[in-house]
Amino acid sequence: MKFQPKIVPLGDSALLIQVGDEIDITTNQHVHALAALINASPLEGMIETVPAYGTLLVHYDPLILSFRRLRDYLSEKLTQVRDNLSRKRKQIEVPVRYGGEHGVDLESVARHCQLQVEDVIRIHSEKTYTVFMMGFTPGFPYLGKLDDAILTPRLETPRTRVPAGTVAIAGSQTGIYPIDSPGGWQLIAWTPLQIFSPQSESPFLFSPGDEVKFIVEE
Amino acid sequence: MSLKLIDVSGLVTIQDSGRKGWRQFGVPTSGPMDAFAYRAANTLVSNPTDCAAFEIGLGDATFQATQDCVIAVTGAGYKLSIYVWEFPLWSSFFVRAGWKISLSKTDNGMWAYLAIAGGIQTQPMLGSRSTYLRGALGGLKGRQLQSDDVVNIGYLSHSSYELAARTFPERAWPAYIQTPTLDVIMGPQTNYFTNESIQIFLSNEYSVSLTSDRMGYRLEGPALTRRNETELISEGLIFGAIQVPSNGQPIVMMADCPTTGGYPKIGTVASADLPLLAQCIPNKSKIRFRETTVAKAQKRHRALISGLNKIVENE
Repeated sequence: MKFQPKIVPLGDSALLIQVGDEIDITTNQHVHALAALINASPLEGMIETVPAYGTLLVHYDPLILSFRRLRDYLSEKLTQVRDNLSRKRKQIEVPVRYGGEHGVDLESVARHCQLQVEDVIRIHSEKTYTVFMMGFTPGFPYLGKLDDAILTPRLETPRTRVPAGTVAIAGSQTGIYPIDSPGGWQLIAWTPLQIFSPQSESPFLFSPGDEVKFIVEE
Repeated sequence: MSLKLIDVSGLVTIQDSGRKGWRQFGVPTSGPMDAFAYRAANTLVSNPTDCAAFEIGLGDATFQATQDCVIAVTGAGYKLSIYVWEFPLWSSFFVRAGWKISLSKTDNGMWAYLAIAGGIQTQPMLGSRSTYLRGALGGLKGRQLQSDDVVNIGYLSHSSYELAARTFPERAWPAYIQTPTLDVIMGPQTNYFTNESIQIFLSNEYSVSLTSDRMGYRLEGPALTRRNETELISEGLIFGAIQVPSNGQPIVMMADCPTTGGYPKIGTVASADLPLLAQCIPNKSKIRFRETTVAKAQKRHRALISGLNKIVENE
């Protein structure tokens, strides 16, 4: 894959490093490698980085850093990303119960995909996913990519309340709702794990770039 | 010591300079809508500029001091009375125990800030006292304040009388106006829009919709059309970013801006002009946009912030 990111401003206090414009594992791994590299040696005035599918946003304090100075520093970092790709990534196992009161869309997903419910469960739990990015609500992991056999569009009308811990799918992605919130994804399973514990030393179960495997519980 | 809320009809939240370092996990920074007025209020009472203060918007609020204290009120769109007197904003005042501090809404702005010497001492959440209402984080139990709430205030290390009767001169405020022209750094998705749309955006008036909130100001005006229907995949967002959904009506992201978003961004409002935008009134203010460069925007921002040192001591 070509690795020629562009650095563009997003206003006067952030800049965007554009690595790619598709939902693609290799592109996303470059983004996380880049984030790790930059955060290991931040420039004074850098506030934080926000990785997404194909971009890394860098927030900075314009009273301390100019766009130009930060861009030049990051351009230099970009040349080192390839060497950083092999770093070990955290692997998290998530026990889940498919179907039932929290996985209310499991059967309609199976019908949509013309599969048996057991096949949907097997296919969804077989793969190791990457946390492409986090967003929507505090702690929500966008996991990908789903096997093509279980691609299902989001709901036409979002639900007003999805309980915390619900595992859902939409398009080529799967995710877990960290807090009770509205949601438009297809609900297929539930985990008892606490995804977001604001009072804890480490409030978030997942970090961008982590690997996630669902473990079927009876 | 503490400050008690006697009567609240507006949206009163506790805000500090924002929740930093958690955006990669999807946690917005929150913080004040008008960051300049917020900082000025803290500066007037000699608090650190990132001290938690009250943000008052959309309606009225009355506080009562439980002990003698010094407060400062800044912002726009409010009338201030303390005990039986009316006072202008952008000043600090000595308030006796039992006196009421009333902020009543007027029609020339949106948000006021009440800072108190010693600062608000609620429990920080993820390193900040800022209230993020949608996530029920920070502030007082993650919610907006109600009548009878009592908020603890920190102790002062020096004589509070010295901090009273200080005024922040109008020449150092942001140029609050109902017809602002806001500087915009164009991009990163300018190429998603037709050339005509970019011209329309830079040459027409937009008003703020009534459906706006702390998360975003929805604008109403000539629609901006896309070159094609290419979808953008989600990427990081920032306070001031102007997203354009498929109906062509821009949405400017505000203090509770989500960390990421998937609509193309035609540009981002310059930091120095965000206070002006924040104080724009739905269905009344008329906003125009003007293209600027990052370097110019950063220079204006530095100039505005350096004005924070211009406190006039009255008596």
